[in-house]
Amino acid sequence: MSSTFEKVANIITETCDIPRDTITPESHAINDLGIDSLDFLDIAFAIDKSFGIKMPLEKWTQEVNDGKATTEQYFVLKNLAARIDELVAAKGA
Amino acid sequence: MRIEYFQLIDRITEIDLAEPKILTQATIPSESTIFEGHFPGYPLMPGVLLIEAMAQTAGWLIIATTKFERMPFLIGVKEAKFRTFVQPGAALVGSATIAHEGSGYTVMSTKLSLNNKPVCNAQLTFRVMPFPNPTFETEMRAAGKRLEFPMEALADG
Repeated sequence: MSSTFEKVANIITETCDIPRDTITPESHAINDLGIDSLDFLDIAFAIDKSFGIKMPLEKWTQEVNDGKATTEQYFVLKNLAARIDELVAAKGA
Repeated sequence: MRIEYFQLIDRITEIDLAEPKILTQATIPSESTIFEGHFPGYPLMPGVLLIEAMAQTAGWLIIATTKFERMPFLIGVKEAKFRTFVQPGAALVGSATIAHEGSGYTVMSTKLSLNNKPVCNAQLTFRVMPFPNPTFETEMRAAGKRLEFPMEALADG
């Protein structure tokens, strides 16, 4: 069974045509991989479907805009994977 | 349908918030300057306008599910297929269902049919956000009234 990060990295590769070997757990989706907001919605759709969740993008964006969180907390892939794991766990609780 | 005003659907015939799904009527006008160019001597409804008719159909369902609190803006078109030529006067039926409701975006499955046969279909993605200003919301409510938007469906949902 592949890890959450592996699944997310594969989704990014398939959705945005970014070479898989350039995507690491430390990659920042926006700053390092150059994914824009429109492409990120395609990724979010694929992640939502793949994991059976609804990533709270609006809440995360609001937190970043309000200075309550940094983009790294949500868009560095290892952190994104952790958030996804939390959402999956919450769904099963 | 009033193409020159970008009104690509004529009427909302059904909204079912339980499923949720929507049905619309979209009759292509018999005459339009558009047909002078598309195409001279062989008038056909342009595919881009059929996409807009599907987008407006899908958009009204999103407005219904968000109870006029949010406005959908088309941001993506995927898997668009145009299966038959659509000629002036064709009485199309639009339909749409929600493929996925995300946070701040919604993916819709949409279709136009003629005599129960599919004319075109597409997966459309919308960014869904609060109305940018009150005037816009007022105008959309007026547009909904013109389209016979079933306000009672909001109470049932």
